[in-house]
Amino acid sequence: MRIIYVDNAATTQTSKKVIDGMLPYMYEQYGNPSSLHSVGQRAKEVLEEARAKVARCLNANPNEIYFTSGGSESDNQAILSAAEIGLKRGKKHIISTKVEHHAVLHTLNKLKKQGFDIQLLDVDKEGFVTPGQVKDAIRDDTCLVTIMYANNEIGTIMPIKEIGAVCREKGVTFHTDAVQAAGHLKIDVQDQNIDMLSLSAHKFHGPKGVGALYVKKGIFLSNLIEGGAQERNRRAGTENIPGIVGLSIALEDATEHLEENNHKMIILRDKLIEGLSQIEHSALNGPHTNRSANNVNFCFEGIEGESLLLLLDAKGICASSGSACTSGSLDPSHVLLAIGRSHEVAHGSLRLSLSESNTEEEIDYIIEQVEQVVCYLRRMSPVWKELLTGERQFML
Amino acid sequence: MALYTETVMDHFMNPRNVGSIENADGIGEVGNAKCGDIMKIYLKIEDNIIKDIKFETFGCGSAIASSSMATEMIKGKTIEEALAVTNKQVVDALGGLPVHKLHCSVLAEEAVKSAIKDYYDKNGIEYDKSLFPEDMGCEGCHMV
Repeated sequence: MRIIYVDNAATTQTSKKVIDGMLPYMYEQYGNPSSLHSVGQRAKEVLEEARAKVARCLNANPNEIYFTSGGSESDNQAILSAAEIGLKRGKKHIISTKVEHHAVLHTLNKLKKQGFDIQLLDVDKEGFVTPGQVKDAIRDDTCLVTIMYANNEIGTIMPIKEIGAVCREKGVTFHTDAVQAAGHLKIDVQDQNIDMLSLSAHKFHGPKGVGALYVKKGIFLSNLIEGGAQERNRRAGTENIPGIVGLSIALEDATEHLEENNHKMIILRDKLIEGLSQIEHSALNGPHTNRSANNVNFCFEGIEGESLLLLLDAKGICASSGSACTSGSLDPSHVLLAIGRSHEVAHGSLRLSLSESNTEEEIDYIIEQVEQVVCYLRRMSPVWKELLTGERQFML
Repeated sequence: MALYTETVMDHFMNPRNVGSIENADGIGEVGNAKCGDIMKIYLKIEDNIIKDIKFETFGCGSAIASSSMATEMIKGKTIEEALAVTNKQVVDALGGLPVHKLHCSVLAEEAVKSAIKDYYDKNGIEYDKSLFPEDMGCEGCHMV
C-alpha cells in the first residue's frame, strides 16, 4: 500500500542530501572536537562551519548559537536560564500563552511550583495573542516573555516581531519556540527583536536528536547539563557532530527553498481546507491567513479522533489528532480548548501537516478518504444520532 | 509493537453487531461525550435469552472493539450469563488492551448491564440492585 505521510509537524523525512552530508562524520571523520590531535581538530572545524551556517540562516552571530539535543532541551534551557537570572534580580513573573508546546508549558509549571508567577495569556478563536496583550501583561518584575512563533497543532503564526518590539521597549527578555517555524518561516533574529530562539532539526528534514538555541549576545545563559566545556561552557557533552552537520545542511536547504516550498504547500493546504470544509458539521481550527503553509486542522462533530486516525492509517494516510485518546491524557488538546472548542468537539480533531513533496493527487485521495471515514464513524456514533434527532445541539 | 492486538484491530475494522434495534427490549447508554466515549447497547430478549444485540459507539479504536467483542460474547446467552461477563473477560478475549484503554472495556461491561437493567425496569422484573452500580460518569471510567 502506498503511504501518504501528512504528519510533518510530528517529524519529517531526513533528506538524502542531509544523510549524505552526515555520513562522513560517523565513519571517516569521527573525531571529538575537544581532542587536540588532527582528527579532533578537523571535527572542531566542521562544528564551527555548521555553527556559522546556522547563524547565517537566522541572521545571528556564530557565537550566539548553541547546539542542543532538540527543541525541548532548547526550550527548557532558555526558560530555566531566564528564570534563574530573574530570581537573582527578584523578578519572578513570566508571561506565555495557553497554546504553547508542552516543552514550554511543563517547564513553566515546574517554575510555578518553585514560586514563580506564571501568566498564560488567552488566545483568540484563531489562536492569536496580540502585542497589546503582552504589553499590558508586562510588569516591573517580569523576567521573561516566551511565545511560540508558529503553533504546532493549528498553525497560527504569532506576531513575534511586534511582540519582540514590545519586550525590547520594556527591557524584558523575549524567547520564542520556533520549532515549527524554523525552515518554514523567515527568521531574522535582529529584525524580529528575538533574544532567544529554539529550533529542532527533524522538523525540516534534518535528523532527530539535535536542535539549537540562539541566545543574543549579552543575554545570560545558564547550563542545563553540567560537565565538560563544550558549547562555550554552556552545554556539556561531546558534540553530536553528524547531527549538527545534518541540522546545518537541512536548515540551509530549507531556508534557501523556503518561498518555493511554501508556495507549493499553500496551494495544497488550501485545496485540502476547501475539500474538508465540504464535510457537514466540520470546522477548520486555526486561522485562514497567517497560518503555517503546511498545517491543516479540522474538527468533525460526532466522532472521535483516534478511530479516525486508525481508519485513515488503514488506507495509507498518516496523520495526527488532538483527541484525549491519542494524547494519553484525559483531556483533549489544550490548544483546541484554548481556542474555544468544547471537549466533545475537540475529541474529533484531525491534523494533517504537509511537506513540499506531497502532491495534488494525494490531497484528492485524502479528501475522499476522510469524507468516507467520517461518514462511516458517524453512522455508528450515538452522539451523531442525537445531533441529528435534536437531542443534542450541533456546535459546528 | 503495535498499539493494539490483531483481535482488537479486527473488531475495530470489522465491528460485529453495529447498529440499533427498533422497539428494543432494553437500551443502555454509558459514558460521556466530554470524556470522548459513549456506548449504547440495544437488546432483543425472548425467554430470558438475548436473541439480538446491537451497539453504537462514539469513541476510540478500543472502545469500538470492546463494544463489538462484548456484544459477540453475550449474543445468544441467558440474561444471567450476560450479567456475569466482566470487563476483564472482554479484555482477555481481545488479547489485551493498553493500560490507559482499560476503561473502554469497563464501559462495555457497564453498557450491557445498563441495557439489562432497562429491560428489567421496563418489564417490572425484580432484581438485585447491587448488580448494577451507579453510573460514576467521567470519574468512574478513568479510575481503572
